[in-house]
Amino acid sequence: MSELHHLSTEQLIAGLQDKQFSSLELTEHFIKRIDALDGKINSFITHTSETARAQAQAADERRAQGDMRPLLGVPMAHKDIFCTQGVLTTCGSKMLHNFISPYDATIVTNIEEAGMISLGKLNMDEFAMGSDNSSSYYGSVQNPWHLEHVPGGSSGGSAAAVAAGFIPVATASDTGGSIRQPASFCGLTGIKPTYGRISRFGMIAYASSLDQAGSLGRSAKDCAYLLQPMIGHDPRDATSIKHDVPDYVQHMNQAVAQAGDKPLAGLRIGVAKEYFGAGLNAEVETLTRAALQQYEDLGATIVDVNITDPEITLATYYMLAPAEASSNLSRFDGVRFGYRCENPKDLIDLYTRSRSEGFGPEVQRRILMGTYALSAGYFDAYYTKAQRIRRIIVKDFADAFAHCDVIASPTVPTAAYKLSENLDPASMYLGDVYTIGVNLAGLPALSQPVGLTANGLPVGLQLIGQHWCESQLLTTAHLFQQHTDHHLQHSAIAKETV
Amino acid sequence: MSNMSQQTPETDSNVSRQEILEVATLARLGIDDTTADSYANDISKVLGLMHTLAGVDTAELTPLANIHEACQELRADIAKHDINRDRNQSMAPAVEQGLYLVPQVIE
Repeated sequence: MSELHHLSTEQLIAGLQDKQFSSLELTEHFIKRIDALDGKINSFITHTSETARAQAQAADERRAQGDMRPLLGVPMAHKDIFCTQGVLTTCGSKMLHNFISPYDATIVTNIEEAGMISLGKLNMDEFAMGSDNSSSYYGSVQNPWHLEHVPGGSSGGSAAAVAAGFIPVATASDTGGSIRQPASFCGLTGIKPTYGRISRFGMIAYASSLDQAGSLGRSAKDCAYLLQPMIGHDPRDATSIKHDVPDYVQHMNQAVAQAGDKPLAGLRIGVAKEYFGAGLNAEVETLTRAALQQYEDLGATIVDVNITDPEITLATYYMLAPAEASSNLSRFDGVRFGYRCENPKDLIDLYTRSRSEGFGPEVQRRILMGTYALSAGYFDAYYTKAQRIRRIIVKDFADAFAHCDVIASPTVPTAAYKLSENLDPASMYLGDVYTIGVNLAGLPALSQPVGLTANGLPVGLQLIGQHWCESQLLTTAHLFQQHTDHHLQHSAIAKETV
Repeated sequence: MSNMSQQTPETDSNVSRQEILEVATLARLGIDDTTADSYANDISKVLGLMHTLAGVDTAELTPLANIHEACQELRADIAKHDINRDRNQSMAPAVEQGLYLVPQVIE
């Protein structure tokens, strides 16, 4: 039983179906690990162990009665950005320190209906604003590979918990790289689907035109298993799009069955020089290019493409995202739910002190930046200008995809840095330079592990697809992972037994 | 805000303490002078990135807000009763007789 946390989701499903272990045993295994080891990395904000045990027992009973849902009884956990009925939902903020959600996010409902067992709510940067999980009101998260390093963010708790072997898969969200960057820092695979692919109902909003939920796991197939129940149109989300829902795992299995010596023959991978410019760490570049060589060895063809200058993309993002955030976060006013200051002297004082005391510094910084951009005199110069440039970014990606099937790049310019490096905001934002264009263009993208630095820190490769082509991304990464073992490496915490 | 409206990304990205304090008032955030200086410094650095946008020709382009350029899908006009006021107000800081309580506004 000691190695259950090293098994893939598919192996866990097989083990449950073959009665090698029960869901309750599996759930207890993960709870035991969380209880023993999470003190080292702080990946959970809320534990739901007792509910999980009850759900696992119920899952075992249903399975005994013939329930064949594949994910029945498989544990997971949710990023604390998703509303969970009756369970504390904080979004990593003091502002929501007492918020027991009265409803479930659509993806929470969907995952529960698939039979999965939630072990709790995962730590994150406050309101998903951050790239190293240092802005959480509930404390920093440590990277399970090296505890003095950051796990990435904003889905740092999700990534750290999976990498530590506390859960096989986790939900996450991505506004500018918040799934892919922590996946890269923690040696995981993580996918951000096409904008509109997954309902945002019940996902606390940061920047509504960019936010998208997704999944994190050790392999592309792990991600696919969790992604499957998450996707689909939701009438409760006006930005959710009606589109065909493919069977991701089936596509992967078909691709493997049909694969010859060169399983990726015919695949054109676009590589843009803009992703290999100044600021890219030499070790990250070496590992990225080695992975591209492995893709070529598997039959893929590398072609040169051009995308928008990343500096322009970065500036566009950091104009639009805070502007949307300043609008979205205006709902937190200390009146209807969440934090309220003590003894407000009048209504304005109630609003102002509740927000100043409830929001952390990074959130206030972005609200101020967004309010500044939206203020009279700056709206056209900053905000509208950025919205116009967003159209250029979309077109440049479309032009690139005329010559290739997927675009590859490093996910992040560096491996995980030390928390003590305490980057200033502008420097931290530069770390998002390769991931944010995807959100501005609404494209799907994943990060997959492609090796370790000399210091033993993971590095990720980003694959970007065309709209609605998640299946192609997942299958491409899966075929790569069938011939490589980067995704099978374990973090220091995952190697610990309890 | 009058002096702010005269600035453009092409001319200046330095934000003053006073501008931060004015924006904070708009955003209903209460910050002191020292914090305002810190935010002014941080935001000035980020706005410095925006200079890269100034040289991009966008004259012929319309703003893009929704990536799929999707129209708002309207639901059927059918009354639902899925809002549970008691449940929703159970987490409010202060309620009375189904109403949210705030400090007195009108004498």
